[in-house]
Amino acid sequence: MQLIVELLLFGLTLGGLYAMVAMGLTLQYGVARIMHLAYGEWLIAAAFGAYAAFTYWQVNPLITLALSLPVGFAVNWLVYQVLLSPLVRRTQAGPALEVDSLLATFGLLFVVQGVMVVLFGGSYHSYNFAAEAVNIGGALIARNRLIMFGLTVLAGLSIYLFLSRTRAGAAVRAVATAPGNAPLVGIDVRKVSAITFAVGGALVAAGGVLASMFLTFSASMGVIFTMKALIVIIMGGVGNMLGAVVAGLLLGMAETLVARLVDPGLTLAVNYLLFLSVLLWRPAGLFGRPVR
Amino acid sequence: MKLPQKKSLLLVWGMLAAAALLPVLSSNDYYLGLGINLSQYVLMATAWAVFSGPTRYVSLASVAFYGIGAYAVAVVGDALPLPVVFLIAVAAGSLLALLVGLATLRLSGTYFVIFTFGLAELVRQLFTWYEVNITKTVGRYIFLEVTPRQIYWELLALLALLFALSWWIQRSRLGLALRVIGEDEMVARHIGIDVTRSKLVLFVVSSAFITLTGAIMAPRWTYIDPAISFNAVISFQVVIMALLGGAGSLFGPVAGAIPLSLLFEFLSARFPNHFSILLGAAFMVIVYFVPNGVAAALSAWWRRRGKAAA
Repeated sequence: MQLIVELLLFGLTLGGLYAMVAMGLTLQYGVARIMHLAYGEWLIAAAFGAYAAFTYWQVNPLITLALSLPVGFAVNWLVYQVLLSPLVRRTQAGPALEVDSLLATFGLLFVVQGVMVVLFGGSYHSYNFAAEAVNIGGALIARNRLIMFGLTVLAGLSIYLFLSRTRAGAAVRAVATAPGNAPLVGIDVRKVSAITFAVGGALVAAGGVLASMFLTFSASMGVIFTMKALIVIIMGGVGNMLGAVVAGLLLGMAETLVARLVDPGLTLAVNYLLFLSVLLWRPAGLFGRPVR
Repeated sequence: MKLPQKKSLLLVWGMLAAAALLPVLSSNDYYLGLGINLSQYVLMATAWAVFSGPTRYVSLASVAFYGIGAYAVAVVGDALPLPVVFLIAVAAGSLLALLVGLATLRLSGTYFVIFTFGLAELVRQLFTWYEVNITKTVGRYIFLEVTPRQIYWELLALLALLFALSWWIQRSRLGLALRVIGEDEMVARHIGIDVTRSKLVLFVVSSAFITLTGAIMAPRWTYIDPAISFNAVISFQVVIMALLGGAGSLFGPVAGAIPLSLLFEFLSARFPNHFSILLGAAFMVIVYFVPNGVAAALSAWWRRRGKAAA
């Protein structure tokens, strides 16, 4: 019984993180149509930021978290304006955009990763924040995981409310579903894309700070987070927020189960197994409608 | 995609022959090492372009196949004669390519890219897991009686085979089918081309050559572990080289691989700590400024010059 509660708690908290990170990517890919392969690098960059602030200047990670939102927003807005909008213009946002943006961000991945290796080296880092155990139904879980879970739920809810209840959110949904028709009703597609892309960046930066509170991380781990976020958004159906949340929780649960009961070295294999079964069974994702 | 002309074919065969003679004329080990490095990248970039050029499906997993080739040699290299070892390597690489292709090539290109993006990491984790838990070792030593000269000639022979094969594919029905797929997949489907099968065949061929490159190179490493042989930087370099040269033509990747492997050799020796940053920056410059490759840029320039003269 205790084991079940523990597995549930660990799976839910890890899944919450994945869901939040994937929500950011589904905004970037589903709305701005950018396949952003350097996405996970920003997560690791934010994690290193929180690590440096905590170990060198004793800054509470929750403060870093609050700062990470505007910084992540600004950095990704710049990335979109400087690096990606020339590609959007060149390809007229056509099908070539996907390949071009993918290649450009693949290059960016190595640049960002290289900078982090130069600054922090290639080894694993972690720090101790709110790591004391809390007893829930007989299972012990670190407090930082609970804080993280609460915050990811908050982030998910606010994104959902923004998209479904506000005028700006409706514009974002319009660009996601019909980028060709959105200008007809006075929506500036380029501007909405840039801002949505930046919001995705803010989410991943916040995810990085949260991840750094309870995970060990290294400069080369960004690729794995990008991979997981991609798998989650494909499982949930590209552009589908609810899908990203459900698929993220599912992935967190599956990983926790395998890491606990089988072997922690096989978590990526689980990712791939889930990815494969979704591709073979429902290529449009769990909640996606098949195209064509 | 353009068919190579007779003149450029002759030129390439001549270059290959001259390259094969080099170790006979000079016994300088540094140049031989450089030659091996150059030919392995020329080989991989060309093999990559065999699939990704006409279909425009970007594969980011070259090193997964390269590493599998190296591991095949490390595991069975001592027990079996070298040709058999190479066959086993090719079989293993082709099998993986077949599985990946069957799962992803039916779907849109994005799924394929994403799948290959993490494939090397997955294979690396699985190998590490296997080595740590089953064989209880981290690395393996490869002691084979293979001279660098022999490796160099094996690479050149494989390259000649690859050129001949892809030249033949381009002339065949398969090559024609691939050009149509690259232009418009929907049209290809409607005129009765089995799109998935054509892509699958090419992906397996391309991966088999990359696997074999890894197998041939394995004795040069002497020591391998999963982190060395599945290093993502290798995939990255292959993509960059093929793109710079132009993945659309048979010899484009050669034009990209030669200058870039020299440049990377220089950069990695000179700035070992900043290598990845420079690599990424070089990649972005290519994507932004020569999106169709040097070969296409040159021929466009040539045509414009011809028009201006006339």
